[in-house]
Amino acid sequence: MLKIDTEKCIGCGVCESQCAFGAIEVVAGMAQVNDKCTLCGTCVDNCEVGALSIEAAAQGAKVDLASYSGVLVFAEFRHGSLAPVALELLGIGRQLADTKGVTLSAVLLGVGLAGQAETLIAHGADTVYRVDNPALHYFTDEAYANTVEDLIREQKPEIVLAGATAIGRSFIPKVATALGAGLTADCTDLAVGEDGNLLQTRPAFGGNIMATIVCPDTRPQMATVRPLVMKAAPRDESRCGRIVDFAPNAKRLVSRVEVLSSVLADQDKVNLTEANIVVAGGRGLDSEKGFVLIRELADLLDGAVAASRAAVDAGWIDYPHQVGQTGKTVAPKVYICCGISGAIQHLVGMRSAETIIAINKDPNAPIFDVATYGIVGDLFEILPKLNDSLRARKRVTE
Amino acid sequence: MKIVCCLKQVPDAKNVRLDPKTNTLSREGVQSIMNPYDRHALEEGVRLKEKFGGTVVALSMGPPQAEEMLREAVSCGADEAVLVSDRAFAGSDTWATTYTLTMAIKAIGGCDLVLCGKQAIDGDTAQVGPGLAHRLDFAYASYARKIHGMQGNALLLQRMMDDGYDELKVTLPALLTVVKEINEPRIPSLKGKMRAKKVEILRLNAASIHADPACLGLAGSPTKVFRVFAPELRGERTMLDGAAHEQVSQLAAILQSIV
Repeated sequence: MLKIDTEKCIGCGVCESQCAFGAIEVVAGMAQVNDKCTLCGTCVDNCEVGALSIEAAAQGAKVDLASYSGVLVFAEFRHGSLAPVALELLGIGRQLADTKGVTLSAVLLGVGLAGQAETLIAHGADTVYRVDNPALHYFTDEAYANTVEDLIREQKPEIVLAGATAIGRSFIPKVATALGAGLTADCTDLAVGEDGNLLQTRPAFGGNIMATIVCPDTRPQMATVRPLVMKAAPRDESRCGRIVDFAPNAKRLVSRVEVLSSVLADQDKVNLTEANIVVAGGRGLDSEKGFVLIRELADLLDGAVAASRAAVDAGWIDYPHQVGQTGKTVAPKVYICCGISGAIQHLVGMRSAETIIAINKDPNAPIFDVATYGIVGDLFEILPKLNDSLRARKRVTE
Repeated sequence: MKIVCCLKQVPDAKNVRLDPKTNTLSREGVQSIMNPYDRHALEEGVRLKEKFGGTVVALSMGPPQAEEMLREAVSCGADEAVLVSDRAFAGSDTWATTYTLTMAIKAIGGCDLVLCGKQAIDGDTAQVGPGLAHRLDFAYASYARKIHGMQGNALLLQRMMDDGYDELKVTLPALLTVVKEINEPRIPSLKGKMRAKKVEILRLNAASIHADPACLGLAGSPTKVFRVFAPELRGERTMLDGAAHEQVSQLAAILQSIV
């Protein structure tokens, strides 16, 4: 409950103006809280006279925090290969484990896993728990969640990380619920706090605000991590590690969901999330014909084509090209955005690009706030000239 | 078939901003709406009912004003509406939320199928569906894109994945979270609007769902918000000025130097 100290409250209204939920009103010179309060704590932090506090009821049974140790990452393996995010998790997992002075392990599920555990060790894992079992060939939430839950109960890691992929975001919540553990979705930053707890930072409200989450009373501390945000450690063949074949209970591998088939969609000539150069178009392209210019530029630069949600929703280009909160996250060397205003939902999907080039006719478009280079102009004038110029240079070098 | 559609009333996220100077949330012009993904869950529930028979219950956990959204759900085809609301729920994270929803579903006699949107646009966690399925001990699948039909006691459906899609057979009772590609939600009918005005909304609270207070709200939530802040902007841009041909030659030179 949010407590208001009527002795201290001066009715200044700061809390009322800062509440995102409209949960506080100043009535007759005194703050009053209503049912919309979500206990987010913003008002408590901002009350200058210290009149507000959040009273938490006593927690239930305390977890023995000290009995948990180590970092465990889920190494996603699908259609015969490791997901790139598995190595990124080992990168951040190694940092967290070294900071805490504990071991880093990985759990690897699937069929035909020869050589994969060695890759995980070369990228930072001390121990790899491997389950090579036909029941895990296709992804089902039950079999994957039960296996990972059982491993966590046995090994008791203090931190568990998985990629915020379709698979990770689907089965990890089941594991966390079963364990009574806190889980933070789609983290973009992880660090160890002064008190040793994991500080888990993630975007909320469509990326308009960032929130740092902690799980002070439960273990393990669990998080899914957005792909392409963390850096994988380089491969080091000299690293040594242990491979443990984990034997799951057969009953725990039974799933009430049967995968009849698993179909890989046609991938683009260049994979968007792995491309060095990405050329993106948005609402400013006016029609699907605008993407002809975008594709031409992408081809000249050996890059991939991306789009904002507005362009996808308008039907000018397919969803697999969408970058942003509800699409893909990319972090290329160069991201060129044409006719994209820069809604925060788009920015969260591309702002870790090394160089961002924005072309937009509106000088006040928010995209220029994140751009490295900006051009205010008509893209139907700029792009054909740019394409001609690049073509000319290419001819000279060839 | 009894179908429960879980609906959340959310602030229209595209209007929520954190002022980077004062570090406070601005709620100016922010309206409460039905979470867009949940609208697709509701529509799919109504379509399944129309095809296979049964009832659709719209269920929401939220403040009293979520009633408005539940009436909208009835106008779009839900047969019944249930609001589970209590001050004790404030500060719930997804763990406490799935506990509360589970107790509410049990209090209304359970169901055969639960449909949820894949995530809510305010929290974007996508954790409530899977967590709820675990607590109900239901089979579940996330990101349902197309439900083909029934085969015996199972649903045949397509699940969207990062790299393509999977065809699934999901045995009931089950929970599905849906993506927006699954359907085009209908507009309320006149008859539906009339019914929505009159419909009796079942109100539940912590006591009537027999909830353990230790599992509710902030106390029952393993995750705590430590700090809220504005995302950093980069802001070191260089504008390329001049006539179009000058802008282009500067840009071409930059591209050549970094590519």
